[in-house]
Amino acid sequence: MSVRSATRPSVPATAILILGALYCLLPVAWVVLASTKSAGELFSTLTFLPSTHLFDNIAELVAYRDGLFWRWMANTALYAGVGAALSAVVSAMAGYALAKYRFAGKNAVFNVLLAGVLVPGVVLAIPQYLLLAQVELTNTYWAVLLPSIISPYGIYLARIYAAAAVPDEVVEAARTDGAGELRTFVQVAVPMMLPGLVTVFLFQFVAIWNNFMLPYIMLGDDKLFPLTVGLSGLLNQGASQPAMYTLVVTGALLSVIPLIALFLLLQRFWQVDLAAGAVKA
Amino acid sequence: MTTETTLRGALGGTPTPRRDSPRRSARARSVTSRRAGAPWAFLAPAIVLFVAFLAAPILYALYLSFRTEKVSGLGLGPGSRVEMWNGLTNYVNALADPEFLGSVGRVGLYGLVVVPVMLGSALLFALLLDSRRARARNFSRVAIFLPYAVPAVISSLLWGFLYLPGVSPFYWIFEQLGWDVPSLFSSRLVMFAVANIAVWGGVGFNMVVIYTALKAVPSELYEAAELDGASQVGIAWRIKIPIVLPSIIMTFVFSMIATLQVFAEPMTLRPLSNTISTTWTPLMKVYRDAFTRGDLYSASATSVIIALATFLLSFGFLRLVQSRAFGQEENR
Repeated sequence: MSVRSATRPSVPATAILILGALYCLLPVAWVVLASTKSAGELFSTLTFLPSTHLFDNIAELVAYRDGLFWRWMANTALYAGVGAALSAVVSAMAGYALAKYRFAGKNAVFNVLLAGVLVPGVVLAIPQYLLLAQVELTNTYWAVLLPSIISPYGIYLARIYAAAAVPDEVVEAARTDGAGELRTFVQVAVPMMLPGLVTVFLFQFVAIWNNFMLPYIMLGDDKLFPLTVGLSGLLNQGASQPAMYTLVVTGALLSVIPLIALFLLLQRFWQVDLAAGAVKA
Repeated sequence: MTTETTLRGALGGTPTPRRDSPRRSARARSVTSRRAGAPWAFLAPAIVLFVAFLAAPILYALYLSFRTEKVSGLGLGPGSRVEMWNGLTNYVNALADPEFLGSVGRVGLYGLVVVPVMLGSALLFALLLDSRRARARNFSRVAIFLPYAVPAVISSLLWGFLYLPGVSPFYWIFEQLGWDVPSLFSSRLVMFAVANIAVWGGVGFNMVVIYTALKAVPSELYEAAELDGASQVGIAWRIKIPIVLPSIIMTFVFSMIATLQVFAEPMTLRPLSNTISTTWTPLMKVYRDAFTRGDLYSASATSVIIALATFLLSFGFLRLVQSRAFGQEENR
């Protein structure tokens, strides 16, 4: 009887979850509808009343300064995609070393790297800018890409995944079978850590895509901007030219769509694997 | 599955020397001696990048924070600007700066709103997802997690528009009811406007972290309690929450760090509101001092203070619970 009561649907529980979901979907729903409105309608018609100007707005955005918007999109893909991929590789190697080897200084290395998790971006912003300026890398792709590769949190996660998903016996067996250290890592450990590494990739992808301060400080040329810095600049112009607001809203929609699509696609995979990793541990 | 089959599966059928290989023992010995360098080789890229983009910048910021620039004459021409040691003066000035203290107070208050509301809802949603009694769990999980994919600039932009009286559905509803609505961009409420954006963006991520930890709790642990007639709320309080406490602690620490560093949200909202000053948060002040005023030295001192405060808060907190949150693989 009590088991049945545990599975009986509960109205308040469902209601709370649905309310939370609606709250989280509200701005997304709004941007979809708002991007169909003309500049005049944006501030005058009912919030959730759709209109018919979506394609005009997109055309206008595409035409804005010879397609600068697409350039921002490509830049974002480069910063977040390439940066996160490199970060996953570096984290996997470090995490594996920390989880599967015993060596002097291991705990010291881990603690120092881990302390990096707690270092606020704020202390890094100014000196990173100055140091990169000295090697004349500011205002280049490198200025945003290079600092994004190191992820103490990614290393921390990779260590946990390596410890949980790669049994010591398997590493030993690979060695006994004559596989070298690198080969053991690439062919035995990496496939076992892969679900976790996807997570590291996703975390870092979102972290780079979310990092506003780094590109905002490093870049002066708007051809190098990621979407976030570009859109924030457009919004600033909107204060003097309200027509810009339509561009901003449409731009926000177009930047969110690929990300949400990617997210939904990978999310199921991610969920399952996070759980699987946890069960394995 | 045995180790042997796992290994064969993992190697994907690649031909590997088998047990009867004559070179095996010799290779095994050379491997052992090579193994000492292996972890360092694996760590090398991480350490190089860590030094270049974390350690060196921190040391440089520390160095700058003790320096200053003396300007003689008009400050033009070579030799008219001389960099020199400045002792703790930058720190003393920063700590006495009313703008800095104001921003710290604002962010402290902001954190007191954001962190409990965000983590409280995240925990509640995670527990509801984990209890089999709620419906629409998959839909809700995806929907609540979705904002995590939206960067802070864009979420601030979306909410920023939704706060504007001409756009907001709430203003419209309030108007129909004949109520007077205070502007969310007024100096009293703007903090809540920013806090809402942070909660919106962070609740899903923290929910997933806690939910993942909950899924790892073996169900035998509470099935017995269920059979004894314990309520779902009782099980959540007495069994589930204590077990996932390490995850909650981690989310707490990360949220605290993020809160102290709030920058993108107020920066994005600024064009829409005139109540957000250029020094509204500590980071905004650092940015203004360094890049608008060009005073790198006092900006460095301020950023070191923020970093130290973050570090003390979070590291102190972590040490308190380190044995539970970290080093699990050591104890196994």
